[in-house]
Amino acid sequence: MDFSFAQILFFSSLITLFLGAIVSLCLGKNAKLARLVGSSFAIAGSALGLIAGSYFLISGEILQINLPLSLPGFNLAFNIDRLAAFFIILAALISLLASVYALGYLKHYKNNYNLGALGFFYNIFIASLFLVPAADNILLFLVVWELMSIASYFLVIFEKDKEENIKAGFIYFLMTHAGTAFILISFLLLSKYTGAINFSLMSATAGQIPPLAAMTILLASLIGFGMKAGIIPLHIWLPEAHPAAPSHVSALMSGVMIKMGVYMMFRIFTDIFPVTPLWFGIVVLIIGAISSLLGVLYALAEHDIKRLLAYHSIENIGIILLGLGSGMIFITLGHNGLAAVALTASLFHVINHGIFKALLFLGAGSVISVTHTRNMEEYGGLIKKMPQTALFFLIGSMAISALPPFNGFFSEWLCFQSLFSGANLGGSLGLTFLLSAGFLAFTSALAAACFVKAFGVSFLARTRSHEAEHAKEAGPAMLSGMGILALLTLVFGVFAGSISGLLAKTSLGLSSLAGSELESVFNFNNLQTPQNFSAVSAPAVFSGLLLAIGVVAAVIYFITRKNKVTANRTWDCGHDIRQGMEITATGFARSIIVIFRGLLKPTKQTSIEYHDDEMRYFPKRQSIDVGRDDVYQHFFYIPLKRVSYWLSEMAKKIQNGNVNLYILYIFATLIILLLITVR
Amino acid sequence: MTLAFIWTIQIILVLGLSPLLIGIIKKIKARLQSRQGINLLQPYRDLWKLLHKDEVISTDASWIFKFSPYLIFGLTIFLAINLPVFARLNFPYVGDFLLVAYVLALGTFFLALAGLDIGSAFGGFGSSREMTLASLAEGGLIFSFLVLAIAAKSTNIYAIAGFVSQASVFYLLPIILAAISFVMCLLAENSRYPFDNPSTHLELTMVHEAMILEYSGKRLALIEWAAYNKLFIFAALAAGLFLPFGLSFGAGIFGMLIYLAIFSLKILFIGVLVAVLESTLAKFRFFRLPDLLFTAFILNILAIVLIISL
Repeated sequence: MDFSFAQILFFSSLITLFLGAIVSLCLGKNAKLARLVGSSFAIAGSALGLIAGSYFLISGEILQINLPLSLPGFNLAFNIDRLAAFFIILAALISLLASVYALGYLKHYKNNYNLGALGFFYNIFIASLFLVPAADNILLFLVVWELMSIASYFLVIFEKDKEENIKAGFIYFLMTHAGTAFILISFLLLSKYTGAINFSLMSATAGQIPPLAAMTILLASLIGFGMKAGIIPLHIWLPEAHPAAPSHVSALMSGVMIKMGVYMMFRIFTDIFPVTPLWFGIVVLIIGAISSLLGVLYALAEHDIKRLLAYHSIENIGIILLGLGSGMIFITLGHNGLAAVALTASLFHVINHGIFKALLFLGAGSVISVTHTRNMEEYGGLIKKMPQTALFFLIGSMAISALPPFNGFFSEWLCFQSLFSGANLGGSLGLTFLLSAGFLAFTSALAAACFVKAFGVSFLARTRSHEAEHAKEAGPAMLSGMGILALLTLVFGVFAGSISGLLAKTSLGLSSLAGSELESVFNFNNLQTPQNFSAVSAPAVFSGLLLAIGVVAAVIYFITRKNKVTANRTWDCGHDIRQGMEITATGFARSIIVIFRGLLKPTKQTSIEYHDDEMRYFPKRQSIDVGRDDVYQHFFYIPLKRVSYWLSEMAKKIQNGNVNLYILYIFATLIILLLITVR
Repeated sequence: MTLAFIWTIQIILVLGLSPLLIGIIKKIKARLQSRQGINLLQPYRDLWKLLHKDEVISTDASWIFKFSPYLIFGLTIFLAINLPVFARLNFPYVGDFLLVAYVLALGTFFLALAGLDIGSAFGGFGSSREMTLASLAEGGLIFSFLVLAIAAKSTNIYAIAGFVSQASVFYLLPIILAAISFVMCLLAENSRYPFDNPSTHLELTMVHEAMILEYSGKRLALIEWAAYNKLFIFAALAAGLFLPFGLSFGAGIFGMLIYLAIFSLKILFIGVLVAVLESTLAKFRFFRLPDLLFTAFILNILAIVLIISL
């Protein structure tokens, strides 16, 4: 069996990562060596994976390997088509830069933690992120999927001295395995009805799956993979687990791991199934709309910077599902040209979100490593202490708020266009698209508000705590990791047309769109949707904005070059301005929270302590605690827990410890089985 | 060549006439309040004066505060290129309405950051209110463009203006609904009554003025001028999209002059409308403003449903 060069690259990247895992585990005692070795192997492995993935995506070559094993249903089958290659590129790109960052970031752990173990799980985690898209066999897939979940679980509980991290890890562990149960249901049914154990062979016969089974498969995979992707209401693990992990791992989890759920949704809904029922596409669309709006609203209510970013991941998964859902509806209705645009929008947002969310998590990480808190209310004024980090975080904030000329704008633009074309279809379906577009409009505007808050409160004005006062700029490794990501947000913005062209090829390679023509124009100069409905040119936007601002700056400098500029204190009605007078993160978002109180259920608890308990005239200390009522706990998870408790109680009744009774059960089961099989 | 010529005219129109529009609005408001009011050219004099004044910058300010005025003013020039003044122009790369809406949002984003940067209590609350209103107004703004885009089957502003100028009576009702909500968003985005009081300088409820309180000298001039431009851009969008009469005069230099005269009249009409609306409305309580903005959004949904279901 001879391998092509790219195949060798791909497998050597996996070998490098596994080697890195073992070597860094052996070096566990030496923190410095473990840090350097663990990250270097991860860098090398990711770089190899990036080259291999780019080769497969650009050339369109398909890697197919199938090594049968003597186990039923199990074989070592790998299949890397354009879709899988795209997700491998995403994983490789983000893990490459996160690992460069980790070289510097892990320094602040000193000797409190075992960095060898971190390197072990980190390398395994990256390898599993490459293997999930590559795996073709259902059982092999489940193995690498579990590998990914378990490796990330150990990374979440890495800072094991903090009790809340253990709790977060437990919720994550529980949720991810509940998800795997649904995935298992969907895979077993898929394999039963298509007669295939490899994904690449399923699409041939998937059209003949009876409707009821198809419905079960689709819903089970939506729940199973949606759990990983973090759709509402299955998102509760996400804001717990992502903040608990070290920041470069959060970047990988938020930027890449949750996208693996999206990858399998693409695989099953648009590649294995040639066409999905109309109602199912609508369900995906509505889940996308709800997740995006609620995600951003929950983010607004946060003042923990990593939880805020985690909620934004839910928002962006919502936007990605808006694209996927509209793509599925268009496929069902036979508008393949529109479907290509919608799926391109979705894929483009997958990689864009990967880039800017990783950038933001890394930025948050460098702030946390010097301030030792995740509470934004204790930052302030960091732009003067850490100017580069601040610039990179600002670029990430602008990208995630979909502001031109960064990448987020162009993928949301494409997403808007597919929703608009859906609205053009008219009828109640058109109205659904229209309302989804409305949700998206509010979502991106609220995201801008949220990032004005996050950036403004953390980096601007005066410092709010002793730690922030003594903050120092991050080291060169951390800065270069963030700097390259910041540059990429701009590059992916300016080259939005070319990249969309490549992604459109990817979506046309899906079996549900096989043989369709791309009705839109995607090239360097132009992004144009079918029937010339709308067009925008990314390089023109970039150069236009740059030129306009440059000319203004030059002219005004020339006119006013003789004016004097003096520095003085901020004026505040003649008062002495102090730290407590700046707006807080909680205060900034309060008016939006009050406006959306129906959805957010804000809570407020005031407490007051007096100097003197009897008179109660002179308060000693007053405090106010604003929070949010957790409706998912109250109305979904706690009732679910009660039901499962009740079921367990019921099940307990058949177990009374009497051996004779158990023999009776066995006998009865035997009789029933015989009746069924012999009949 | 013609393209560069037309863009130059549009930029000159916006930058040159926007202070006059503000002067007219102020004058009408003053007359409605039985005051003499300022000279129509006073806004030009203010800008000239500010450009030549020395500047005081807060010691708390970072480059965000110093850079924002240039960016915000630059954006208005960029938007001037994207205006439907000459609807005959058909250049596909400019004039996408989502681009217009998001470039406006970019300006708001930096203005709010600049408000936070100086660390005063006013600036922070101004930014908070501004982002609240902007995030609720954006839906209405995008959707009032969308009403026209769905009717015209194009999101390009020039194509929309061309379509509306020849639209059948069938589209009258949806276009009127979209126009109403566009005017609501115009008032919100430009910090006008009932959303904000544009002539305040120290009021606990101020929004726009609270953010720019620390600016002085040339940067204040830029911020003020950019705000004038923004109002002019909204007026020009309204004139081009909702009042597209007289487009047929576009041929030749003479026709162009007549067309520009008609265009100026339309802008004047919108200025008068804003002044009258401002004089007859009281400022709303802050938490009643979302009702207005959601109404704007829902009017558009209604308009689109009328178009796509008939």
